[in-house]
Amino acid sequence: MSTINLQDTPHIDNHDDHAHGHHHETFLTKYVFSQDHKMIAKQFLITGIIMAVIAMGLSILFRLQLAWPDKSFPILETFLGKWAEGGRIKPDFYLALVTIHGTIMVFFVLTAGLSGTFSNLLIPLQLGARDMASPFLNMLSYWFFFLACTIMMASFFIQTGPASAGWTVYPPLSALPTAIAGSGLGMTMWLISMVLFVASSLMGGINYVSTVLNMRTKGMDLWKMPLTIWAFFLTAILGILSFPVLVAGVVLLVFDRSVGTSFYLSDIVMGTQILPNEGGSPILWQHLFWFLGHPEVYIVIMPALGISSEVISVNSRKPIFGYHAMIYSLIGITLLSFIVWGHHMFVTGMNPLLGGVFMITTLIIAVPSAVKTFNYLATLWRGNIRFTPAMLFAIGLVSFFISGGLTGIFLGNASLDINLHDTYFVVAHFHLVMGSAAIFGMLAGVYHWFPRMFGKMMNAKLGYLHFWLTFITAYLVFFPLHFLGLDGVPRRYYAFTEFEFMQKWLTVNVFVTWSAIIAALAQVAFLFNFFYSIFKGKPAPQNPWEANTLEWTAPVEHLHGNWPGEIPTVYRWPYDYSKPGAAQDFIPQTVPFSQTMSSNLVHDFEGNTEAEQIQKDWELKNVPVVEKAE
Amino acid sequence: MKVHRTTFKKMSLKNIIITKATAVLTVIFTVFSSMSVFAQEVGATASAAPAKAVDMEPIYKSTLFYVLLFLLLCLFIGIIGKALKVYELTRETQGKPEGINWNKINGVLFAAFLVVGLYGVYWEYTVHGNMLLPEAASEHGKRIDEMFNITLIITTIVFIVTHIILFTFAYIYKSTGNRKAYYYPHNNALERIWTVIPALVLTVLVLMGFLTWRSIFHKVQDPNNQPLSIEVTSSQFQWDFRYPGADGVIGVKNYKKITSINALGIDFNDKNSLDDQLADELVIPVNKPVRFVLTSKDVLHSFYMPHFRVQLNTVPGMTSYFEFTPTITSDEMKIKTNDPSFKYILLCAKICGTNHYNMQKTVRVVSQEEYNAWVVKQTTYLTNDLRKAFNLPIPIEPVAVPATADTTATKITEQTNQLAFKK
Repeated sequence: MSTINLQDTPHIDNHDDHAHGHHHETFLTKYVFSQDHKMIAKQFLITGIIMAVIAMGLSILFRLQLAWPDKSFPILETFLGKWAEGGRIKPDFYLALVTIHGTIMVFFVLTAGLSGTFSNLLIPLQLGARDMASPFLNMLSYWFFFLACTIMMASFFIQTGPASAGWTVYPPLSALPTAIAGSGLGMTMWLISMVLFVASSLMGGINYVSTVLNMRTKGMDLWKMPLTIWAFFLTAILGILSFPVLVAGVVLLVFDRSVGTSFYLSDIVMGTQILPNEGGSPILWQHLFWFLGHPEVYIVIMPALGISSEVISVNSRKPIFGYHAMIYSLIGITLLSFIVWGHHMFVTGMNPLLGGVFMITTLIIAVPSAVKTFNYLATLWRGNIRFTPAMLFAIGLVSFFISGGLTGIFLGNASLDINLHDTYFVVAHFHLVMGSAAIFGMLAGVYHWFPRMFGKMMNAKLGYLHFWLTFITAYLVFFPLHFLGLDGVPRRYYAFTEFEFMQKWLTVNVFVTWSAIIAALAQVAFLFNFFYSIFKGKPAPQNPWEANTLEWTAPVEHLHGNWPGEIPTVYRWPYDYSKPGAAQDFIPQTVPFSQTMSSNLVHDFEGNTEAEQIQKDWELKNVPVVEKAE
Repeated sequence: MKVHRTTFKKMSLKNIIITKATAVLTVIFTVFSSMSVFAQEVGATASAAPAKAVDMEPIYKSTLFYVLLFLLLCLFIGIIGKALKVYELTRETQGKPEGINWNKINGVLFAAFLVVGLYGVYWEYTVHGNMLLPEAASEHGKRIDEMFNITLIITTIVFIVTHIILFTFAYIYKSTGNRKAYYYPHNNALERIWTVIPALVLTVLVLMGFLTWRSIFHKVQDPNNQPLSIEVTSSQFQWDFRYPGADGVIGVKNYKKITSINALGIDFNDKNSLDDQLADELVIPVNKPVRFVLTSKDVLHSFYMPHFRVQLNTVPGMTSYFEFTPTITSDEMKIKTNDPSFKYILLCAKICGTNHYNMQKTVRVVSQEEYNAWVVKQTTYLTNDLRKAFNLPIPIEPVAVPATADTTATKITEQTNQLAFKK
């Protein structure tokens, strides 16, 4: 393992032998074009946070429109100009807001912001590697992502506005500029941005997989890896296998838009203008899109689940319950997620036979998810819970995962989906299960590993405030939306004014918008805490949460190569918390069994009879002595 | 030794207070400076605005008001934070145990959240739960509703039980500092139980869902009760309906034949097209199967009639079908819902462009007799202009258009009456 390491990053060896920091890093190589995984992680995180704030702002804009469809907000015209003439958001711009909010949140925040940050930070640190398998690719991955973000945001500044066909950009709406203004240049930019984004994800993913497979430190076999790493590893595999399909779909859409092919278009008449396209099918796009799109929601949630497994275990001071079951359920989710995409298409006119098949696979995926939930609950049972802000967010994640997961049982059922498809019920469902849950996982990760990233502590009290406000308001925003859906209110409606039966939901909309505004303002507590603590936070101790994993053995001061001297060796699994017989309530992975004779269990030796014998001999010799002494 | 420690602590406290004080000052300073920036900006825009509308001033002011309110709130929270800090530090310097037990507070908050949350869920179920769609007005819709209720009961039980467990565990097992957690890494029997039970429950749901789904989409045609076919064409942003006319068959159409006078591209060389009728609203007879032939002219739309639990996308280039039997007439529903203005509606559920939010049609379910009376009044698609365009013979009495309509209408009545008799 170390040989590979040496070949890939030979310059790192200098750090082993000499004091660190003696090769000169310029501002550019340290902060901008950095190849250090920790710096890249921070770049991903801060870009992700900025994008999240932007996307949240967009959501507040369209929530304003939904709550007060007849009211004028001149301040909007000041900022948005022609998109909000007279202080009222235009229907086209409303759709653009919805589209870009979804795109940013799903791809830029919850995929790149989450996986990019924590895979980059934790894979080398928790596995005991000096850096990623390919630091250069890693750097490219970030800059492709950055470019993707820039292009997406730039589409707000063009004449025809950003893409506005929904984040799923179903053709023909997304293919025909005559169908909606946003499908002009804005859509082209969306597609370019997405190609760059997928390139970024792939470079990241390949890097994560190869690092996990090749660069684990001595003793770190797959079954000793923390659940975070398992989650990132499987997420990366999922991404590598599904993202290229999206690119294929995107390229075909580009052809349809620019070259005049007919992959997705057929028999279309805009007004009385008959288009020449023949033989294509809009359903094809949906198959290609959701072949990525469904794994994508697991790409979003699995890292969050991995992070919460780690955080819950550390802060309950208990081993995660059912470590193996947790991994098998992650693997189960990974495999199943490839054969459930059709549940997004029950009512698209796809062959009803397929609807039945996809319903079966979809509901099966609820089983591993249920196992994970029960294991979290069992981990909390008889724990010694420390409510750090990270722990609060992890518990919040479990709550959202349950609430949102259960509504998935409705939507995964093809016959129920008939009436719920494309209604607010869907909006409520995925905002809980993959929106709120994933963002809570991400925030748990930020609070937990902030000391590792910046060497400073975040303010816990502001963290509590942030958690409680966000947790409560997230439920206030999304819980009532289920009922709109059950009443048959479709999503992506610019205003509820045109239908009589929707009038009764206007007050609910006002309530939801106020809750969303409070939720958004609550994030100021986080943003302030985050940026303030980077510079002015209390210096972090070596192992602030008394955790077992390897990253807490690396020095607080960052250095390229992570550990001065030798990389630590791993002897045990990462969840030896509150082991009976041990002096402390945690035993780091680097502590050999020979130093913890009083707490070793037969199970620890995994059938190594020699070690078992040594343990038995020791117990024979020592246990009576202990009894005498007492 | 002890003395030394306290002096050290006092010194650090002093340092902290000084730095905190400067921090507070800077915060206040930035707050006020940013306020003045806001004020300037707003002032500038406000002075530009009057050219358009005079009464914008108060609104700008209200924006500023909310911004100031928020900043005040931030300041307030900051002050509370400082006060807490000072309190804790004084406790510490006095050698007393840590001032505020945040662990306990958070644990209690979780317990409180559970209680309030459960009440909130109850409130939502009873209040918003009563604002939903009325009972399904179609045969298959009743099965869907049954399925829904079973799923709702199961999921609600799981939802409540797991949340009670989650938050009470959080409350009970909060760290008190003098307890060690119970080392409990796994229990295969337990894990097997909670893998198998969800699997069994889901198997039941899957089977029921599968059978319901099949019964909706795999209809066996009853030769004695042939469905009424109605063609629906969606386009930005309207629905067009085509009734089959007397022959009961919808004629062929071809998008290439679309012109300004032939908006659907109906091919009138097909005899079946000649008597096809257009309708402004969707009127369907009760207790008779209706087969909707769904097509789209431009982009995707979704044919969604929530009261009947009916939804299917309309796809350009592909025809899809949805067959169902309405069971409750509009008038009956008015009585059932106790709402004299009740209307069945059709709306578009798939994002389709600017006016997606307003693509509606009224649907009326009526008795067979009312339907027969209504349908004969509907005009045919075929007009004299179209006859010319398709080189069809123009009827002999071209004196007045209504006359033609009348003759065809009577013909249709006769035939529909015959059809009615057959049943």
